[in-house]
Amino acid sequence: MAQLSLRGIKKRFRNTEVLHGIDLEIGDREFVVFVGPSGCGKSTLLRLIAGLDPMTDGEFLLNGQRMNEVPPSRRGIAMVFQSYALYPHMDVYENMAFGARLMGLDKAEVERRIAETTRMLRLEELLQRKPRELSGGQRQRVAIGRALVRKPEVFLLDEPLSNLDAALRSEVRLEIARLHHDIGGTMIYVTHDQVEAMTLADKIVVMNAGRIEQVGSPRELYETPANTFVATFIGSPRMTLLDVTRKDERLAMADGGGGVAVGALPAGSAFRLGLRSDAVRLAKGQGEGFAGQVVYTEYLGDNAYVYVRLADGTLLAARTAPNDSFAPDETVTVTVNPASVHFFSAEDGRRLTPQAAE
Amino acid sequence: MSAAGTTYYDRRGLLGTLGRDGLLQIILIANTILMLAPIVIMVFSAFKTTPQIFQSPFGIPDFGQVANFAKIWTETNFLRYLLNSFFVTGASMVLILTLGTMAAYAIGRYQFSGASFILMFFLAGLTLPLKLAIIPLFMLMRDLSILNNQLSLIFVYTAMGLPTTVFIMTGFIRTLPSELEDAARMDGASEARIMWSIMLPLVRPAMVIAGIQNVVPIWNDFFFPLVFIQNDDLKTLPQGLTTFMGEYTTDWGVLFSGLTLSAAPIVILYIVLSRQFIAGMTSGAVK
Repeated sequence: MAQLSLRGIKKRFRNTEVLHGIDLEIGDREFVVFVGPSGCGKSTLLRLIAGLDPMTDGEFLLNGQRMNEVPPSRRGIAMVFQSYALYPHMDVYENMAFGARLMGLDKAEVERRIAETTRMLRLEELLQRKPRELSGGQRQRVAIGRALVRKPEVFLLDEPLSNLDAALRSEVRLEIARLHHDIGGTMIYVTHDQVEAMTLADKIVVMNAGRIEQVGSPRELYETPANTFVATFIGSPRMTLLDVTRKDERLAMADGGGGVAVGALPAGSAFRLGLRSDAVRLAKGQGEGFAGQVVYTEYLGDNAYVYVRLADGTLLAARTAPNDSFAPDETVTVTVNPASVHFFSAEDGRRLTPQAAE
Repeated sequence: MSAAGTTYYDRRGLLGTLGRDGLLQIILIANTILMLAPIVIMVFSAFKTTPQIFQSPFGIPDFGQVANFAKIWTETNFLRYLLNSFFVTGASMVLILTLGTMAAYAIGRYQFSGASFILMFFLAGLTLPLKLAIIPLFMLMRDLSILNNQLSLIFVYTAMGLPTTVFIMTGFIRTLPSELEDAARMDGASEARIMWSIMLPLVRPAMVIAGIQNVVPIWNDFFFPLVFIQNDDLKTLPQGLTTFMGEYTTDWGVLFSGLTLSAAPIVILYIVLSRQFIAGMTSGAVK
C-alpha cells in the first residue's frame, strides 16, 4: 500500500523558485511518469519526494502520514539514480547488501533478499564484480537491484535510461515494465523522453517551468491535450500549431490566405489550430486548402513524414503513405480531417472545445 | 586529431624515425640520472671512510665495509632517533590526514555560509612561512610548557601540513559525484557512515598524494627540532645525526651512512605507495 499526496509543494533555491506549488495524488501500484523539458523541475520534485532536499513549502503525505521531517531512509522509498551511483569500491553483492544491512536486517534475511533479487534480475554471475567491470545495462540492473533489496513501497527512477544506447534502452524499458508488473510497487519515473513516458506510464504528469501542465493517461494526453505545451510535447512528430481566423464556416490563415472547412468550431473568431501529422492530407498542386511548399521527406519504411512550409512560415508535418513521393520545393495543398483537429485559445494556449454547429 | 596524427606519421624524417618519443626518453633518462646521482653518491659514500670519499668521490666502494653503520649503531642513539622520527612523523600525519580530510569534506560538500572563507583561510596558510614565526612559536610552546616535548613538533607540523592537504582534498572531493552520497543517504547511512564507508575509500588516492607531499618535509625537518628539542632522548633523526658534524672536523662517512639509513624508510614508503600515488595524480585528468 502506498498512497502519495503532494500538497502545494514549493521549492526555492536562494531566490529562484523552481517549483511553484505542485498538487498531485498518486495511487497505490501506479506507474507515474514525470515528463517535461530539461529544467522544468521534475528531478527536483523527485528529490523532494525522496527527502534528499528539504521542501520550501507544502506537504508530502505517504499513506496519510506527513513525511516532510522523515529522513530519506525511513520513508520506505528507494531511488535509482541517473548515473546509477553504484559504490565503485564495492562489488555487486556489497552494493546490494549495504542498504539492507543498514536497515538492521539479520544476516540470513540480507542473504535471502539478495538471492531473490539476483534471481529476478539475472545478476547471479555478476555478484563478485566491481561496477567498473559491468556494462551499462548491467549497471542499470544492479542499481535497480539495490533498490529492490530494500523492499520499498515506492520506487523513484531518475532518467534511468538516459545513459544507455538506443537498442538497450527499449530492452531495459520492457524490463522495467515487467518489474512493475511483478513486484507491483508504486513507481515514479522521471524522463524527458515522451516515448518512454507514453509506453510505460499509467499516468503521465507533464511539467513545464515548475508547474504541472496536465495529468492524465497517455491516451488522454494525446487525444485531449489541455494546452499547446502538452499538445506539442506529446506525440511525434510534433503537433503543428497554426494561427487561424474564422471566415464564415471556414478557417483561413491569419494573413487571410487559404482556407479549410472544418465541422464544429469553438466560440470566438481567432484561435490556434492544432494539427497532428495524421490529421492532414497532402495533394499536389494548387487547390482548396492551405498552400505550401515541400521542404523535405522523412522516409520510415511503413510510412513517411513530409514537412511542408506554409505561407505564413509554419513548418507542418504530414504523414503520407511511403510510396507517395513529394519532391522538395514542390507546391502542395494541405487539407485537414475535421474530426481530428484540436483548437486552442490564441491568447493563453488553453484547449477550446468546439461547439456543435447550430 | 586523428587526421593530424596521420599526416604526422606520413612524413617521417630522420627525427621521425628516431621518434619524438625517443627524444622524450633521452630527456627523461638524463633527468633520472641527475636526480639519482646524489642519492647514489650518498649510498656509496656511506661505505667509505672519510679519506676515501675525498680521494675517489665517485668510485664504487667495497660494500662489505660496514664500519660506518656499526659506528652509527654503537656511538649514537640511532634507534632512539629513528623511533622518535617515526613517532613525530606518524602522529603528525595521522592528525593532518584526519583533520584535513574532515575539513575538506565539509568545505567541499556541505553548503554553508563562510565555506569559501574557511577554504581561503586554509589556503592562506600556504603563503605563510612558519619559520618566520619561530620566535612567537617558541614563546607559545614555552607558555604551553611543551618545549622539549614532541607535542610541540607535532602541533607545528600539523599546522604546516593542513593547508596543502585541505587544498588537495577539497578539489578531489568536489570531483566525486554527489549522487553517491545521495544513494548512501537513501540506503540509510548516517553522515559519519557515508564519510567512512563511501567517501574515505574513494579519496584514498588523494590522501596518498597529500600524505607524500607532507611526509617528506616533516621527516627531513631539521629546523623545528633544533629549536624546540634539547633532550637527546627526544631528538629526531636529522637532528641526531649532527653529532657527527663537528665545528672543525666532520666524519663524512658516518654522516652519509646515517643519512642513507634515515632516507631508507621514506624511499620504501614511496615505492610501496607509488602505484596509488600515480593513480591519484592521473585520476582527475583521465576520466
